[in-house]
Amino acid sequence: MTEWIISILLLIGGSFVLIGSIGLVKMPDYFMRLHGPTKATTLGMASLLTAAMVFFSTSQDALSVKEILISIFLLLTAPISAYMMIKSAIHHKLDSIERTQGKDNIEDDV
Amino acid sequence: MRLETRFKWLPTPITSTLLFLVWLLLNNSVSTGHIVLALILAITIPLITSPFRTKQPLIIKPVLAIRHLMLVLYDIITANVQVAILILGPTKKLTPGFVKVPLDLTHSMPITILASTVSLTPGTVSAEVYPWRECFVEGQKPQQRYLLIHVLNLTDEQELIKTIKQRYEAPLKEIFQC
Repeated sequence: MTEWIISILLLIGGSFVLIGSIGLVKMPDYFMRLHGPTKATTLGMASLLTAAMVFFSTSQDALSVKEILISIFLLLTAPISAYMMIKSAIHHKLDSIERTQGKDNIEDDV
Repeated sequence: MRLETRFKWLPTPITSTLLFLVWLLLNNSVSTGHIVLALILAITIPLITSPFRTKQPLIIKPVLAIRHLMLVLYDIITANVQVAILILGPTKKLTPGFVKVPLDLTHSMPITILASTVSLTPGTVSAEVYPWRECFVEGQKPQQRYLLIHVLNLTDEQELIKTIKQRYEAPLKEIFQC
């Protein structure tokens, strides 16, 4: 039973991380490429870590909860790194694709 | 908005609780020795570092904060599925866009939390805060600030602004009472 749970969690996690990476390759411009890795990977990593937690809690005697910490740190750092990257992209005035709406909302750097 | 705690020896209650929990989680044990050590660390580290910190607004409604956290966690899961569908669907149909959301919040720390939740929730990544510098002049009305976000698939700008303001900003305003 636990093996089933672990394998299902691993499959879900793996497919979300894969989808995030596909987004990184497939999207046409820098700003859109950021969306895949910031979101699809957080849930992917979370379920991979849950799988690790279930595995180590059942194969050893003690409950293993360190993996929760890794997920929390990932959740905290993912938006910050995304913000740093998009801010530097705006600073360098990177081109976004033609059909992007509301480009005039971007103000000049102060 | 309140910056000071009631107790002098506990300048940042949330940081202390987090330190306590993280120490126990890192050691993966709840033995008496580790609990005592965690308590000592949780009280002394904020006390020693408090002179270096800028004062941040305190959470005034903790129950609401936990409820908001649960809502955000739920939204993160749905966001992941939505973005996965958008990524796998046809790229040509996506209409990306930049949207400027007017903020009612004025202090940097609630704005940071709002920006992070926006980054983690469906199809949006926060890009910039205008004006970037925080300018608090005593007795003056604080400046109106904007959050610039990049949307992967923009369909209705007004609707999106409304959702962000109601779903994520209003609870934050209440939690920090600002």
